[in-house]
Amino acid sequence: MTNDKDKLPKDSFERIELDSSYGERITKPSLSFWQDAWLRIRKNKAAIISFFILAFIVIMAVVGPFMVDHDPYEVNMSHASLPPKVPGLEKLGVFDGVGKLGSKTLDLYESKSVEEYYWFGTDSLGRDIFSRLWKGTQVSLIIAFVAAVIDGVIGVVYGGISGYYGGRVDDIMQRIVEVLIGIPTLVVVILVIMIMEEPGIISIIIAISITGWIGMSRIVRGQVLKYKNEEFVLAARTLGASDRRIIGKHLLPNLMAIIIINMMFTIPTAIFFEAFLSFIGLGLQAPQASLGTLINDGYKFIQYQPHILLFPAVLISVLMIAFNLIGDGLRDALDPKMKD
Amino acid sequence: MGKYIGKRVIYMFISLFIIATFTFMLMKMLPGSPLASAAKLTVEQREVVYEKYGLNDPVPVQYVRYMGNLLKGDFGVSFQYSSVDVRSLIVEKLKYSALLGAQALIFGTLIGIVLGVIAALKQNSIWDYGSTIIAILGISIPSFVFAVLLQYVFAVWLEILPVGLWESWKSSILPSIALAMGPIAISARFIRTEMIEVLSSDYILLAKAKGANWFEIAFKHAFRNALIPLVTMLGPVAAGLLTGSLVVEQIFAIPGIGEQFVTSINLNDYSVIMGTTMFFAVFLIVIILIVDILYGIIDPRIRLSGGSK
Repeated sequence: MTNDKDKLPKDSFERIELDSSYGERITKPSLSFWQDAWLRIRKNKAAIISFFILAFIVIMAVVGPFMVDHDPYEVNMSHASLPPKVPGLEKLGVFDGVGKLGSKTLDLYESKSVEEYYWFGTDSLGRDIFSRLWKGTQVSLIIAFVAAVIDGVIGVVYGGISGYYGGRVDDIMQRIVEVLIGIPTLVVVILVIMIMEEPGIISIIIAISITGWIGMSRIVRGQVLKYKNEEFVLAARTLGASDRRIIGKHLLPNLMAIIIINMMFTIPTAIFFEAFLSFIGLGLQAPQASLGTLINDGYKFIQYQPHILLFPAVLISVLMIAFNLIGDGLRDALDPKMKD
Repeated sequence: MGKYIGKRVIYMFISLFIIATFTFMLMKMLPGSPLASAAKLTVEQREVVYEKYGLNDPVPVQYVRYMGNLLKGDFGVSFQYSSVDVRSLIVEKLKYSALLGAQALIFGTLIGIVLGVIAALKQNSIWDYGSTIIAILGISIPSFVFAVLLQYVFAVWLEILPVGLWESWKSSILPSIALAMGPIAISARFIRTEMIEVLSSDYILLAKAKGANWFEIAFKHAFRNALIPLVTMLGPVAAGLLTGSLVVEQIFAIPGIGEQFVTSINLNDYSVIMGTTMFFAVFLIVIILIVDILYGIIDPRIRLSGGSK
């Protein structure tokens, strides 16, 4: 490299007039809030993998029970307590239907002369675990989703009204919340379940959502209080926008992120409570399948047939981890300011 | 401060009053009576028993009496153990549950703090990821799944610790570890976030500028300040431990309150269920109150906002 300017030919340079609008030019396309969030969450590998796992579990919860010929509720005592057996894999020495009977290890399918394959084995009443597992997942997911939606709706409406109208309305509504928040969730859930005549899906949903909305309402109220005094709301009001329009068009879109994040954390909590209630005998009752009842069933036979417990226990753990990771990822992506 | 505490105590009593009223109504609404199993009683005998327990009085009178008894700490009489009152049942079982809870809390918080501090000091290193993974697992995996796993591995398979029942202190190891997962996860996450925030604050920069060494900065300045907000964690952790104890004690057959509670549910022993529920409610509400007051004392900024987030 030399610094000799004369050696550079003059005609390799061209003079450009400075365009005064150049500084204002936007080089990258402007991103909407959601596009921006998408760019951020795409980098979060844990959240993306969790999303695919979750999608797989949800699809299996719908189609799983139909993939095998066995009914999740059909009792067949002659096929009781069979270990898993999968066609193809059986030759590899795993899932080959070999299990313990007393102290002997033998192919239980042969000794009980069972022709069919039970992919995940059968429980103590001869019900197919594969179809029961996905049926149970389906029930648990339905309970969790419905509870999360109910929590979300009540929380947003309550918190929104309280924050938006403020004054006396807010005062009274917040006093009620302060009393309710003092009542432990565990206590409320147990009391509500006991009032309900028949422990079923609906009573569990009610029990979970009866105090579940409080957290959401407090967050929404805080956000509404923050946004309602911002200039853009003032501008809308000056231009004559109605309350309905301000809430629907200006406040709600700003709250969406926080509502979604909060719901993503409500779902695993609801899944946990359902399983917990079923495990201590307050939730769904046999022969109903849910992750909680399956774990409860499996636990009774852990010593001799650990596979009955294994599948639902692994599934609920994976499900909870996936939801928590997606929730974390969404929180980081949608609201970088909000920390743990 | 005095006004704040006063306000909080009033709310606490309103909450407890609602729970107690709710519990009473529940007892009246539940199908069947405590004497349902004693079908052989003649009408006269039943009258005598009803009279003895005051079941013939009008409901409002019963309600006032029930509330009065609650204030005196009298939760009624158990049906499954003839004439054992619920309070002495709780007191008797409390020592096992309290031991498990305390061990889980102390062990879990210490491990969690260590994990959180390491993660914060070595951000984005393998240590950080490891401690984050442990925290995610601890939050996600239900305590009963973890308890069953521990029991299967250490008691059934390796046979190095007792499967269940209360024989010696060794019996408390596995249940305590199972319960400690929650505190580990929550405190590790919490300390990590706090430490990172404190480490990026101005006074840490000042300490660095003045030439304080790394160790002094990390522990004398950052750690101590990160530790203060950990107090707020105690409320949710206590609630989590209590919820966990119901299933963990059941799994390990520890004769504590949780196990008693689950057994009573399965036997429909309503007075024990209600008494224990009231006990749980009082316990949790008082803990949350103490935590809030404590935090108000430690961090004066909280008081001004009146405890609302």
